[in-house]
Amino acid sequence: MTLKQVVNNVAEMPASKKAVVDINKLSLTFQTADGPVYALSDVDLTIEEGDFVSFIGPSGCGKTTLLRVIADLEQATGGDISINGVTPHEAREKRAYGYVFQAPALLPWRSIERNVTLPLEIMEISKEERVKRAQEALKLVELNGFEKKFPWQLSGGMQQRASIARALSFDADLLLMDEPFGALDEIVRDHLNEQLLKLWARTNKTVAFVTHSIPEAVYLSTKIVVMSPRPGRIIDVIETNFPNDRTLDIRETPEFLEIAHRVREGLRAGHSNDE
Amino acid sequence: MMSGQTGPVCVVLIALLVLWYVGAVFMNAPTQIDRYDRADQTWTAGQLIEDTLAQDRPILPAPHQVAVEMYKTIFAIKITSKRSLVYHSWVTLSSTLLGFGIGTLLGVLLAVGIVHVMTLEKSLMPWVISSQTIPILAIAPMIIVVLGAIGIKGLVPKAVISTYLCFFPVTISMVKGLRSPQVIQLDLMRTYNASKWQTFWQLRLPSAMPYLFASLKVAIAISLVGAIVGELPTGAQAGLGARLLAGSYYGQTIQIWSALLTAAFVAAILVVIVGWCERRVLVRMGVKS
Ligand SMILES: Nc1ncnc2c1ncn2[C@@H]1O[C@H](COP(=O)(O)OP(=O)(O)OP(=O)(O)O)[C@@H](O)[C@H]1O
Ligand SMILES: [Mg+2]
Repeated sequence: MTLKQVVNNVAEMPASKKAVVDINKLSLTFQTADGPVYALSDVDLTIEEGDFVSFIGPSGCGKTTLLRVIADLEQATGGDISINGVTPHEAREKRAYGYVFQAPALLPWRSIERNVTLPLEIMEISKEERVKRAQEALKLVELNGFEKKFPWQLSGGMQQRASIARALSFDADLLLMDEPFGALDEIVRDHLNEQLLKLWARTNKTVAFVTHSIPEAVYLSTKIVVMSPRPGRIIDVIETNFPNDRTLDIRETPEFLEIAHRVREGLRAGHSNDE
Repeated sequence: MMSGQTGPVCVVLIALLVLWYVGAVFMNAPTQIDRYDRADQTWTAGQLIEDTLAQDRPILPAPHQVAVEMYKTIFAIKITSKRSLVYHSWVTLSSTLLGFGIGTLLGVLLAVGIVHVMTLEKSLMPWVISSQTIPILAIAPMIIVVLGAIGIKGLVPKAVISTYLCFFPVTISMVKGLRSPQVIQLDLMRTYNASKWQTFWQLRLPSAMPYLFASLKVAIAISLVGAIVGELPTGAQAGLGARLLAGSYYGQTIQIWSALLTAAFVAAILVVIVGWCERRVLVRMGVKS
Protein backbone atom coordinates (compact mmCIF):
# COMPACT_ATOMS: atom_id res chain seq x y z
CA MET A 1 0.00 0.00 0.00
CA THR A 2 1.55 3.27 -1.05
CA LEU A 3 0.96 6.59 0.53
CA LYS A 4 -0.89 7.76 -2.55
CA GLN A 5 -3.45 5.02 -2.02
CA VAL A 6 -3.78 5.71 1.65
CA VAL A 7 -4.20 9.45 1.48
CA ASN A 8 -6.85 10.27 -1.04
CA ASN A 9 -8.38 13.49 -2.02
CA VAL A 10 -12.04 13.97 -1.21
CA ALA A 11 -12.96 14.62 -4.81
CA GLU A 12 -11.47 11.33 -6.01
CA MET A 13 -13.73 9.18 -3.87
CA PRO A 14 -16.43 7.23 -5.68
CA ALA A 15 -19.77 8.95 -5.13
CA SER A 16 -21.72 5.73 -4.97
CA LYS A 17 -22.37 5.59 -1.22
CA LYS A 18 -25.41 7.15 0.37
CA ALA A 19 -24.89 10.43 2.25
CA VAL A 20 -25.96 10.05 5.85
CA VAL A 21 -25.09 13.58 6.91
CA ASP A 22 -25.00 16.34 4.33
CA ILE A 23 -23.91 19.78 5.49
CA ASN A 24 -23.77 22.85 3.25
CA LYS A 25 -22.44 26.28 4.27
CA LEU A 26 -23.58 25.67 7.78
CA SER A 27 -23.03 28.37 10.36
CA LEU A 28 -24.08 28.84 13.95
CA THR A 29 -23.77 31.99 16.00
CA PHE A 30 -24.61 32.04 19.70
CA GLN A 31 -26.05 35.32 20.86
CA THR A 32 -24.61 35.88 24.30
CA ALA A 33 -24.57 38.76 26.73
CA ASP A 34 -21.00 39.57 25.65
CA GLY A 35 -21.97 39.70 21.99
CA PRO A 36 -22.14 37.01 19.31
CA VAL A 37 -19.99 33.85 19.48
CA TYR A 38 -19.27 32.42 16.04
CA ALA A 39 -19.22 28.75 16.99
CA LEU A 40 -19.44 27.41 13.43
CA SER A 41 -18.84 29.17 10.17
CA ASP A 42 -19.24 28.01 6.61
CA VAL A 43 -19.00 24.30 7.33
CA ASP A 44 -19.27 21.94 4.35
CA LEU A 45 -19.17 18.23 5.03
CA THR A 46 -20.60 14.99 3.78
CA ILE A 47 -20.60 11.86 5.91
CA GLU A 48 -21.36 8.76 3.89
CA GLU A 49 -22.88 5.52 4.97
CA GLY A 50 -20.31 3.39 6.78
CA ASP A 51 -17.91 6.27 7.30
CA PHE A 52 -16.01 6.66 10.52
CA VAL A 53 -15.46 10.41 10.75
CA SER A 54 -13.31 11.97 13.46
CA PHE A 55 -13.48 15.62 14.41
CA ILE A 56 -10.29 17.02 15.84
CA GLY A 57 -9.36 20.55 16.79
CA PRO A 58 -8.46 22.77 19.70
CA SER A 59 -10.87 23.35 22.54
CA GLY A 60 -13.70 25.67 21.63
CA CYS A 61 -13.53 25.13 17.85
CA GLY A 62 -17.12 23.92 17.68
CA LYS A 63 -16.79 20.12 17.59
CA THR A 64 -19.46 19.56 20.20
CA THR A 65 -21.62 22.23 18.62
CA LEU A 66 -21.41 20.55 15.22
CA LEU A 67 -22.37 17.19 16.71
CA ARG A 68 -25.24 18.83 18.55
CA VAL A 69 -26.50 20.42 15.34
CA ILE A 70 -26.52 17.00 13.69
CA ALA A 71 -28.42 15.67 16.70
CA ASP A 72 -30.96 18.53 16.61
CA LEU A 73 -29.90 19.65 20.07
CA GLU A 74 -28.80 22.97 18.61
CA GLN A 75 -30.23 24.93 15.67
CA ALA A 76 -28.00 26.20 12.89
CA THR A 77 -28.33 29.91 12.16
CA GLY A 78 -27.36 29.55 8.51
CA GLY A 79 -26.86 26.99 5.75
CA ASP A 80 -28.40 23.57 5.22
CA ILE A 81 -28.09 20.26 6.92
CA SER A 82 -29.84 16.99 6.21
CA ILE A 83 -29.65 13.61 7.92
CA ASN A 84 -30.62 10.66 5.73
CA GLY A 85 -32.28 13.17 3.42
CA VAL A 86 -34.49 14.74 6.10
CA THR A 87 -34.04 17.55 8.61
CA PRO A 88 -32.23 16.83 11.88
CA HIS A 89 -35.54 17.31 13.67
CA GLU A 90 -37.26 14.61 11.65
CA ALA A 91 -34.23 12.37 12.00
CA ARG A 92 -34.37 12.76 15.76
CA GLU A 93 -38.06 11.91 15.74
CA LYS A 94 -37.17 8.73 13.87
CA ARG A 95 -34.45 8.00 16.45
CA ALA A 96 -31.91 7.91 13.67
CA TYR A 97 -28.86 8.25 15.89
CA GLY A 98 -27.38 7.22 19.22
CA TYR A 99 -25.54 9.98 21.05
CA VAL A 100 -22.69 9.46 23.50
CA PHE A 101 -22.10 12.60 25.55
CA GLN A 102 -18.80 13.91 26.81
CA ALA A 103 -19.89 12.78 30.33
CA PRO A 104 -21.62 9.42 31.02
CA ALA A 105 -24.93 11.06 32.06
CA LEU A 106 -26.25 7.85 33.63
CA LEU A 107 -29.36 8.16 35.76
CA PRO A 108 -28.11 7.46 39.30
CA TRP A 109 -31.33 5.79 40.47
CA ARG A 110 -31.26 3.18 37.72
CA SER A 111 -29.10 0.08 37.71
CA ILE A 112 -26.63 -0.24 34.84
CA GLU A 113 -28.98 -2.59 33.03
CA ARG A 114 -31.93 -0.25 33.46
CA ASN A 115 -29.82 2.67 32.29
CA VAL A 116 -29.09 0.75 29.12
CA THR A 117 -32.75 -0.13 28.65
CA LEU A 118 -33.90 3.48 29.18
CA PRO A 119 -34.05 4.36 25.46
CA LEU A 120 -35.76 1.04 24.76
CA GLU A 121 -38.35 1.78 27.41
CA ILE A 122 -38.99 5.18 25.87
CA MET A 123 -39.33 3.52 22.48
CA GLU A 124 -41.88 1.17 24.07
CA ILE A 125 -40.07 -2.04 23.30
CA SER A 126 -41.23 -5.13 25.22
CA LYS A 127 -39.53 -5.98 28.47
CA GLU A 128 -38.19 -9.30 27.22
CA GLU A 129 -36.61 -7.67 24.19
CA ARG A 130 -35.23 -4.85 26.33
CA VAL A 131 -33.37 -7.20 28.63
CA LYS A 132 -32.03 -9.20 25.70
CA ARG A 133 -30.71 -6.10 23.94
CA ALA A 134 -29.22 -4.71 27.13
CA GLN A 135 -27.36 -7.99 27.58
CA GLU A 136 -25.95 -7.76 24.07
CA ALA A 137 -24.98 -4.12 24.41
CA LEU A 138 -23.33 -4.64 27.78
CA LYS A 139 -21.41 -7.58 26.39
CA LEU A 140 -20.06 -5.41 23.59
CA VAL A 141 -18.54 -3.01 26.09
CA GLU A 142 -17.52 -5.87 28.39
CA LEU A 143 -19.75 -4.89 31.25
CA ASN A 144 -21.65 -8.15 31.56
CA GLY A 145 -21.89 -9.05 35.21
CA PHE A 146 -22.47 -5.46 36.24
CA GLU A 147 -26.15 -5.31 35.26
CA LYS A 148 -27.50 -4.92 38.77
CA LYS A 149 -24.89 -2.42 39.96
CA PHE A 150 -25.70 1.24 40.34
CA PRO A 151 -23.61 3.85 38.50
CA TRP A 152 -21.78 5.02 41.63
CA GLN A 153 -20.47 1.50 42.10
CA LEU A 154 -18.61 1.69 38.76
CA SER A 155 -15.40 3.49 37.86
CA GLY A 156 -15.54 6.50 35.55
CA GLY A 157 -14.37 4.44 32.59
CA MET A 158 -16.95 1.74 33.25
CA GLN A 159 -19.65 4.38 33.48
CA GLN A 160 -18.60 5.78 30.12
CA ARG A 161 -18.73 2.26 28.64
CA ALA A 162 -22.23 1.85 30.08
CA SER A 163 -23.24 5.06 28.34
CA ILE A 164 -21.85 3.66 25.09
CA ALA A 165 -23.84 0.46 25.63
CA ARG A 166 -26.90 2.63 26.13
CA ALA A 167 -26.31 4.37 22.79
CA LEU A 168 -25.80 1.00 21.09
CA SER A 169 -28.83 -0.66 22.64
CA PHE A 170 -31.37 0.57 20.13
CA ASP A 171 -29.14 -0.14 17.18
CA ALA A 172 -29.29 3.20 15.38
CA ASP A 173 -27.31 3.30 12.15
CA LEU A 174 -25.62 6.57 13.06
CA LEU A 175 -23.51 6.97 16.19
CA LEU A 176 -22.54 10.44 17.41
CA MET A 177 -19.79 10.28 20.00
CA ASP A 178 -18.43 13.32 21.80
CA GLU A 179 -14.99 12.50 23.25
CA PRO A 180 -16.28 9.25 24.71
CA PHE A 181 -12.82 8.16 25.83
CA GLY A 182 -11.51 11.59 26.81
CA ALA A 183 -11.33 10.82 30.51
CA LEU A 184 -9.80 7.35 30.24
CA ASP A 185 -6.22 6.20 30.62
CA GLU A 186 -4.18 5.20 27.58
CA ILE A 187 -4.46 1.43 28.00
CA VAL A 188 -8.23 1.36 28.51
CA ARG A 189 -8.57 3.83 25.70
CA ASP A 190 -6.59 1.63 23.29
CA HIS A 191 -8.69 -1.33 24.24
CA LEU A 192 -11.98 0.51 23.76
CA ASN A 193 -10.72 1.91 20.46
CA GLU A 194 -10.14 -1.63 19.24
CA GLN A 195 -13.58 -2.70 20.43
CA LEU A 196 -15.24 0.27 18.79
CA LEU A 197 -13.44 -0.37 15.53
CA LYS A 198 -14.50 -4.03 15.54
CA LEU A 199 -18.08 -3.05 16.22
CA TRP A 200 -18.00 -0.52 13.41
CA ALA A 201 -16.44 -2.95 10.94
CA ARG A 202 -18.98 -5.63 11.79
CA THR A 203 -22.14 -3.53 11.83
CA ASN A 204 -21.36 -1.03 9.10
CA LYS A 205 -22.62 1.78 11.28
CA THR A 206 -21.78 5.38 10.46
CA VAL A 207 -19.82 7.05 13.23
CA ALA A 208 -19.10 10.71 13.96
CA PHE A 209 -16.47 10.85 16.65
CA VAL A 210 -14.98 13.86 18.45
CA THR A 211 -11.50 13.51 19.89
CA HIS A 212 -8.48 15.48 21.02
CA SER A 213 -6.08 12.64 20.31
CA ILE A 214 -4.34 12.52 16.94
CA PRO A 215 -3.42 8.80 17.13
CA GLU A 216 -6.97 7.93 18.11
CA ALA A 217 -8.37 9.91 15.19
CA VAL A 218 -5.97 8.37 12.68
CA TYR A 219 -6.40 4.84 13.98
CA LEU A 220 -10.18 4.88 13.99
CA SER A 221 -11.19 7.01 11.07
CA THR A 222 -11.94 6.72 7.41
CA LYS A 223 -12.14 10.49 7.36
CA ILE A 224 -10.48 13.01 9.66
CA VAL A 225 -11.98 16.48 9.90
CA VAL A 226 -9.52 19.05 11.24
CA MET A 227 -11.14 22.15 12.70
CA SER A 228 -9.93 25.51 13.93
CA PRO A 229 -11.53 28.03 16.25
CA ARG A 230 -12.90 31.59 16.13
CA PRO A 231 -14.86 31.14 14.03
CA GLY A 232 -15.15 27.36 14.16
CA ARG A 233 -14.49 25.99 10.69
CA ILE A 234 -13.11 23.00 8.84
CA ILE A 235 -9.56 23.52 7.62
CA ASP A 236 -8.75 20.05 6.31
CA VAL A 237 -10.49 16.78 5.55
CA ILE A 238 -8.17 13.78 5.32
CA GLU A 239 -9.33 10.42 4.03
CA THR A 240 -7.54 7.25 5.01
CA ASN A 241 -7.62 3.81 3.52
CA PHE A 242 -6.55 1.43 6.23
CA PRO A 243 -8.15 -2.01 6.09
CA ASN A 244 -11.25 -2.43 8.21
CA ASP A 245 -9.63 -5.14 10.29
CA ARG A 246 -6.63 -3.03 11.22
CA THR A 247 -5.03 -3.47 14.60
CA LEU A 248 -3.24 -1.04 16.88
CA ASP A 249 0.04 -2.14 15.21
CA ILE A 250 -0.65 0.14 12.26
CA ARG A 251 0.33 3.03 14.48
CA GLU A 252 3.97 2.16 13.77
CA THR A 253 3.55 2.23 9.97
CA PRO A 254 4.85 5.12 7.83
CA GLU A 255 1.37 5.66 6.36
CA PHE A 256 -0.04 6.17 9.81
CA LEU A 257 2.73 8.56 10.80
CA GLU A 258 2.34 10.47 7.56
CA ILE A 259 -1.37 11.05 8.16
CA ALA A 260 -0.77 11.93 11.81
CA HIS A 261 1.78 14.46 10.58
CA ARG A 262 -0.73 16.00 8.20
CA VAL A 263 -3.31 16.27 10.97
CA ARG A 264 -0.77 17.93 13.23
CA GLU A 265 0.21 20.35 10.47
CA GLY A 266 -3.46 21.22 9.99
CA LEU A 267 -3.94 21.84 13.69
CA ARG A 268 -0.82 23.97 13.80
CA ALA A 269 -1.91 26.02 10.77
CA GLY A 270 -5.33 26.58 12.37
CA HIS A 271 -3.63 27.70 15.50
CA SER A 272 -1.31 30.21 13.84
CA ASN A 273 -4.27 31.71 11.91
CA ASP A 274 -5.60 32.40 15.27
CA GLU A 275 -2.76 34.52 16.58
CA MET B 1 -25.61 4.90 64.99
CA MET B 2 -28.18 4.76 67.78
CA SER B 3 -25.69 3.86 70.52
CA GLY B 4 -23.47 6.81 69.67
CA GLN B 5 -26.40 9.19 70.04
CA THR B 6 -28.23 7.83 73.09
CA GLY B 7 -25.68 9.15 75.57
CA PRO B 8 -25.74 12.81 74.52
CA VAL B 9 -29.50 12.72 73.96
CA CYS B 10 -30.03 11.41 77.51
CA VAL B 11 -27.77 14.09 78.97
CA VAL B 12 -29.78 16.81 77.24
CA LEU B 13 -33.04 15.19 78.34
CA ILE B 14 -31.94 15.06 82.00
CA ALA B 15 -30.74 18.66 81.85
CA LEU B 16 -34.12 19.71 80.48
CA LEU B 17 -35.98 17.83 83.21
CA VAL B 18 -33.84 19.42 85.92
CA LEU B 19 -34.45 22.85 84.43
CA TRP B 20 -38.15 22.12 84.28
CA TYR B 21 -38.28 21.13 87.97
CA VAL B 22 -36.32 24.20 89.02
CA GLY B 23 -38.63 26.35 86.89
CA ALA B 24 -41.73 24.73 88.37
CA VAL B 25 -40.55 25.42 91.93
CA PHE B 26 -39.79 29.05 91.20
CA MET B 27 -42.95 29.74 89.20
CA ASN B 28 -45.28 28.10 91.71
CA ALA B 29 -43.57 29.28 94.91
CA PRO B 30 -45.31 32.72 95.18
CA THR B 31 -48.84 31.24 95.13
CA GLN B 32 -47.78 28.52 97.53
CA ILE B 33 -46.29 31.05 99.98
CA ASP B 34 -49.53 33.07 99.67
CA ARG B 35 -51.45 30.00 100.61
CA TYR B 36 -49.25 29.35 103.67
CA ASP B 37 -49.71 32.98 104.77
CA ARG B 38 -53.47 32.84 104.46
CA ALA B 39 -53.57 29.66 106.51
CA ASP B 40 -51.12 31.15 108.99
CA GLN B 41 -48.95 28.14 108.46
CA THR B 42 -45.22 27.97 109.07
CA TRP B 43 -43.21 26.28 106.36
CA THR B 44 -39.75 24.99 105.58
CA ALA B 45 -37.91 25.10 102.28
CA GLY B 46 -38.30 21.34 101.88
CA GLN B 47 -42.02 21.58 102.40
CA LEU B 48 -42.27 24.46 99.96
CA ILE B 49 -40.54 22.51 97.22
CA GLU B 50 -42.70 19.47 97.86
CA ASP B 51 -45.90 21.50 97.75
CA THR B 52 -44.99 23.55 94.69
CA LEU B 53 -44.57 20.32 92.77
CA ALA B 54 -47.97 18.96 93.84
CA GLN B 55 -50.38 21.84 93.25
CA ASP B 56 -53.76 21.24 91.67
CA ARG B 57 -53.55 24.07 89.19
CA PRO B 58 -49.91 25.07 89.12
CA ILE B 59 -48.66 27.84 86.88
CA LEU B 60 -46.06 25.41 85.60
CA PRO B 61 -46.85 21.78 86.36
CA ALA B 62 -43.98 19.49 87.26
CA PRO B 63 -42.94 16.80 84.76
CA HIS B 64 -44.19 13.95 86.94
CA GLN B 65 -47.61 15.60 87.26
CA VAL B 66 -47.86 15.77 83.48
CA ALA B 67 -46.61 12.21 83.21
CA VAL B 68 -49.24 10.95 85.64
CA GLU B 69 -51.98 12.86 83.83
CA MET B 70 -50.81 11.51 80.49
CA TYR B 71 -50.67 7.98 81.84
CA LYS B 72 -54.19 8.29 83.17
CA THR B 73 -55.66 9.82 80.03
CA ILE B 74 -53.79 7.65 77.57
CA PHE B 75 -53.57 4.22 79.15
CA ALA B 76 -55.88 4.12 82.17
CA ILE B 77 -59.20 5.02 80.56
CA LYS B 78 -61.11 3.55 77.66
CA ILE B 79 -60.06 5.13 74.38
CA THR B 80 -63.70 5.85 73.52
CA SER B 81 -64.03 8.12 76.57
CA LYS B 82 -64.20 11.86 76.01
CA ARG B 83 -61.36 12.24 78.47
CA SER B 84 -59.02 9.88 76.63
CA LEU B 85 -56.09 11.56 74.94
CA VAL B 86 -55.99 8.67 72.48
CA TYR B 87 -59.48 9.59 71.36
CA HIS B 88 -58.56 13.27 71.01
CA SER B 89 -55.30 12.45 69.28
CA TRP B 90 -57.14 10.32 66.78
CA VAL B 91 -59.59 13.14 66.05
CA THR B 92 -56.70 15.49 65.35
CA LEU B 93 -54.62 12.88 63.54
CA SER B 94 -57.39 11.96 61.13
CA SER B 95 -57.80 15.52 59.89
CA THR B 96 -54.00 15.93 59.89
CA LEU B 97 -53.60 12.95 57.59
CA LEU B 98 -56.49 13.95 55.34
CA GLY B 99 -55.13 17.49 55.06
CA PHE B 100 -51.62 16.20 54.51
CA GLY B 101 -52.76 13.85 51.76
CA ILE B 102 -54.74 16.51 49.92
CA GLY B 103 -52.06 19.14 50.53
CA THR B 104 -49.30 16.93 49.16
CA LEU B 105 -51.34 16.06 46.10
CA LEU B 106 -52.22 19.71 45.53
CA GLY B 107 -48.61 20.76 46.10
CA VAL B 108 -47.27 18.23 43.62
CA LEU B 109 -49.91 19.07 41.00
CA LEU B 110 -49.20 22.79 41.30
CA ALA B 111 -45.48 22.14 40.95
CA VAL B 112 -46.00 19.95 37.88
CA GLY B 113 -48.12 22.69 36.33
CA ILE B 114 -45.65 25.42 37.18
CA VAL B 115 -42.70 23.47 35.77
CA HIS B 116 -44.44 22.53 32.52
CA VAL B 117 -46.51 25.60 31.70
CA MET B 118 -44.67 28.90 31.48
CA THR B 119 -47.77 31.02 32.08
CA LEU B 120 -48.64 29.09 35.23
CA GLU B 121 -45.33 30.03 36.79
CA LYS B 122 -46.08 33.70 36.19
CA SER B 123 -49.73 33.53 37.23
CA LEU B 124 -49.70 31.00 40.06
CA MET B 125 -46.42 31.47 41.87
CA PRO B 126 -47.25 34.91 43.35
CA TRP B 127 -50.51 33.50 44.73
CA VAL B 128 -48.81 30.47 46.17
CA ILE B 129 -46.34 32.69 47.99
CA SER B 130 -48.80 35.35 49.13
CA SER B 131 -51.12 32.64 50.47
CA GLN B 132 -48.54 32.00 53.16
CA THR B 133 -48.13 35.62 54.20
CA ILE B 134 -51.64 35.67 55.70
CA PRO B 135 -51.53 34.46 59.33
CA ILE B 136 -53.24 31.10 59.65
CA LEU B 137 -54.88 32.26 62.89
CA ALA B 138 -56.78 34.87 60.89
CA ILE B 139 -57.80 32.48 58.14
CA ALA B 140 -58.74 29.47 60.24
CA PRO B 141 -61.93 30.87 61.86
CA MET B 142 -63.11 32.14 58.46
CA ILE B 143 -62.67 28.75 56.88
CA ILE B 144 -64.49 27.07 59.76
CA VAL B 145 -67.34 29.59 59.66
CA VAL B 146 -67.72 29.70 55.88
CA LEU B 147 -67.63 25.92 55.50
CA GLY B 148 -69.92 25.56 58.52
CA ALA B 149 -72.44 27.90 56.89
CA ILE B 150 -72.73 25.59 53.89
CA GLY B 151 -73.09 22.60 56.15
CA ILE B 152 -69.56 21.22 56.12
CA LYS B 153 -68.45 20.55 59.68
CA GLY B 154 -66.09 18.35 61.64
CA LEU B 155 -63.18 16.70 59.88
CA VAL B 156 -63.14 18.48 56.53
CA PRO B 157 -62.76 22.15 57.58
CA LYS B 158 -59.80 21.23 59.79
CA ALA B 159 -58.28 19.21 56.95
CA VAL B 160 -58.71 22.24 54.69
CA ILE B 161 -56.62 24.32 57.10
CA SER B 162 -53.94 21.61 57.15
CA THR B 163 -54.01 21.51 53.37
CA TYR B 164 -53.68 25.27 53.23
CA LEU B 165 -50.54 25.12 55.32
CA CYS B 166 -48.84 22.05 53.93
CA PHE B 167 -49.20 22.39 50.15
CA PHE B 168 -46.76 25.29 50.24
CA PRO B 169 -43.47 23.60 51.17
CA VAL B 170 -44.39 20.73 48.84
CA THR B 171 -44.95 23.07 45.89
CA ILE B 172 -41.78 25.04 46.49
CA SER B 173 -39.54 21.98 46.84
CA MET B 174 -41.16 20.08 44.02
CA VAL B 175 -40.71 22.98 41.61
CA LYS B 176 -37.05 22.94 42.56
CA GLY B 177 -36.85 19.15 42.41
CA LEU B 178 -38.58 18.82 39.04
CA ARG B 179 -36.13 21.37 37.67
CA SER B 180 -33.12 19.65 39.19
CA PRO B 181 -32.20 17.33 36.26
CA GLN B 182 -28.97 18.41 34.60
CA VAL B 183 -29.00 19.84 31.09
CA ILE B 184 -27.11 16.80 29.83
CA GLN B 185 -29.81 14.48 31.19
CA LEU B 186 -32.54 16.52 29.52
CA ASP B 187 -30.54 16.48 26.27
CA LEU B 188 -30.27 12.72 26.59
CA MET B 189 -34.04 12.37 26.79
CA ARG B 190 -34.31 14.67 23.79
CA THR B 191 -32.06 12.44 21.69
CA TYR B 192 -34.55 9.63 22.35
CA ASN B 193 -37.36 11.95 21.27
CA ALA B 194 -38.97 11.28 24.66
CA SER B 195 -42.35 12.93 25.20
CA LYS B 196 -42.86 15.45 27.99
CA TRP B 197 -44.71 12.80 29.90
CA GLN B 198 -41.88 10.28 29.51
CA THR B 199 -39.30 12.87 30.53
CA PHE B 200 -41.40 13.68 33.57
CA TRP B 201 -41.83 10.09 34.56
CA GLN B 202 -38.33 8.80 33.86
CA LEU B 203 -36.26 11.85 34.74
CA ARG B 204 -37.96 14.74 36.49
CA LEU B 205 -39.95 12.82 39.07
CA PRO B 206 -37.11 10.53 40.23
CA SER B 207 -34.79 13.55 40.41
CA ALA B 208 -37.32 15.34 42.59
CA MET B 209 -37.69 12.54 45.15
CA PRO B 210 -35.14 13.80 47.70
CA TYR B 211 -36.70 17.27 47.48
CA LEU B 212 -40.18 15.82 47.91
CA PHE B 213 -39.31 13.94 51.08
CA ALA B 214 -37.53 16.89 52.62
CA SER B 215 -40.70 18.94 52.14
CA LEU B 216 -42.99 16.15 53.35
CA LYS B 217 -41.30 16.17 56.75
CA VAL B 218 -42.11 19.85 57.10
CA ALA B 219 -45.56 19.38 55.61
CA ILE B 220 -46.68 16.63 57.97
CA ALA B 221 -45.60 18.60 61.03
CA ILE B 222 -47.36 21.81 60.00
CA SER B 223 -50.37 19.80 58.90
CA LEU B 224 -50.73 18.76 62.54
CA VAL B 225 -50.39 22.39 63.61
CA GLY B 226 -53.12 23.29 61.11
CA ALA B 227 -55.47 20.63 62.49
CA ILE B 228 -54.93 21.85 66.07
CA VAL B 229 -55.45 25.47 65.06
CA GLY B 230 -58.59 24.39 63.23
CA GLU B 231 -59.98 22.91 66.47
CA LEU B 232 -59.66 26.14 68.43
CA PRO B 233 -62.50 28.19 66.90
CA THR B 234 -65.04 25.34 66.92
CA GLY B 235 -65.80 25.72 70.58
CA ALA B 236 -63.58 22.89 71.67
CA GLN B 237 -65.52 19.70 71.05
CA ALA B 238 -62.87 17.15 70.34
CA GLY B 239 -59.22 16.91 69.39
CA LEU B 240 -55.93 17.97 70.94
CA GLY B 241 -56.70 21.60 70.14
CA ALA B 242 -59.98 21.27 72.02
CA ARG B 243 -58.13 19.85 75.04
CA LEU B 244 -55.76 22.83 74.95
CA LEU B 245 -58.64 25.27 74.79
CA ALA B 246 -60.75 23.56 77.47
CA GLY B 247 -57.69 23.36 79.70
CA SER B 248 -57.07 27.07 79.41
CA TYR B 249 -60.77 27.89 80.10
CA TYR B 250 -60.64 26.10 83.41
CA GLY B 251 -57.01 26.81 84.29
CA GLN B 252 -56.19 23.11 83.97
CA THR B 253 -52.53 23.62 83.26
CA ILE B 254 -51.71 19.96 83.71
CA GLN B 255 -54.25 19.07 81.03
CA ILE B 256 -52.81 21.71 78.71
CA TRP B 257 -49.31 20.40 79.12
CA SER B 258 -50.41 16.81 78.59
CA ALA B 259 -52.17 17.75 75.36
CA LEU B 260 -49.16 19.75 74.27
CA LEU B 261 -46.69 16.95 74.88
CA THR B 262 -48.99 14.45 73.21
CA ALA B 263 -49.16 16.70 70.14
CA ALA B 264 -45.37 16.88 70.11
CA PHE B 265 -45.11 13.07 70.31
CA VAL B 266 -47.61 12.61 67.51
CA ALA B 267 -45.68 15.08 65.35
CA ALA B 268 -42.40 13.33 66.10
CA ILE B 269 -43.87 9.94 65.22
CA LEU B 270 -45.29 11.29 61.95
CA VAL B 271 -41.94 12.81 60.97
CA VAL B 272 -40.18 9.55 61.82
CA ILE B 273 -42.63 7.61 59.64
CA VAL B 274 -42.01 9.98 56.71
CA GLY B 275 -38.27 9.60 57.28
CA TRP B 276 -38.64 5.84 57.24
CA CYS B 277 -40.55 5.97 53.94
CA GLU B 278 -37.88 8.25 52.57
CA ARG B 279 -35.14 5.78 53.39
CA ARG B 280 -37.08 2.91 51.85
CA VAL B 281 -37.64 4.83 48.63
CA LEU B 282 -34.09 6.17 48.37
CA VAL B 283 -32.59 2.73 49.00
CA ARG B 284 -34.73 1.37 46.19
CA MET B 285 -33.39 4.20 44.05
CA GLY B 286 -29.87 2.96 44.69
CA VAL B 287 -28.68 5.77 46.91
CA LYS B 288 -25.45 4.98 48.71
CA SER B 289 -26.42 3.87 52.20
N1 LIG C 1 -24.96 27.39 24.60
C1 LIG C 1 -23.93 28.20 24.25
N2 LIG C 1 -24.05 29.53 24.37
C2 LIG C 1 -23.04 30.36 24.01
N3 LIG C 1 -21.87 29.96 23.52
C3 LIG C 1 -21.67 28.63 23.38
C4 LIG C 1 -22.68 27.69 23.75
N4 LIG C 1 -22.22 26.45 23.52
C5 LIG C 1 -20.97 26.61 23.04
N5 LIG C 1 -20.63 27.91 22.95
C6 LIG C 1 -19.37 28.46 22.42
O1 LIG C 1 -19.17 27.92 21.15
C7 LIG C 1 -17.82 27.62 20.93
C8 LIG C 1 -17.68 26.17 20.53
O2 LIG C 1 -18.02 25.36 21.63
P1 LIG C 1 -17.94 23.76 21.57
O3 LIG C 1 -18.48 23.26 22.84
O4 LIG C 1 -18.60 23.30 20.33
O5 LIG C 1 -16.38 23.51 21.50
P2 LIG C 1 -15.59 22.12 21.43
O6 LIG C 1 -14.85 22.12 20.15
O7 LIG C 1 -16.51 21.00 21.66
O8 LIG C 1 -14.57 22.28 22.63
P3 LIG C 1 -14.00 21.15 23.61
O9 LIG C 1 -12.95 20.44 22.85
O10 LIG C 1 -13.43 21.93 24.74
O11 LIG C 1 -15.14 20.28 24.02
C9 LIG C 1 -17.09 27.97 22.22
O12 LIG C 1 -16.47 29.22 22.03
C10 LIG C 1 -18.17 28.06 23.24
O13 LIG C 1 -17.86 29.03 24.19
MG1 LIG D 1 -16.78 19.56 23.28
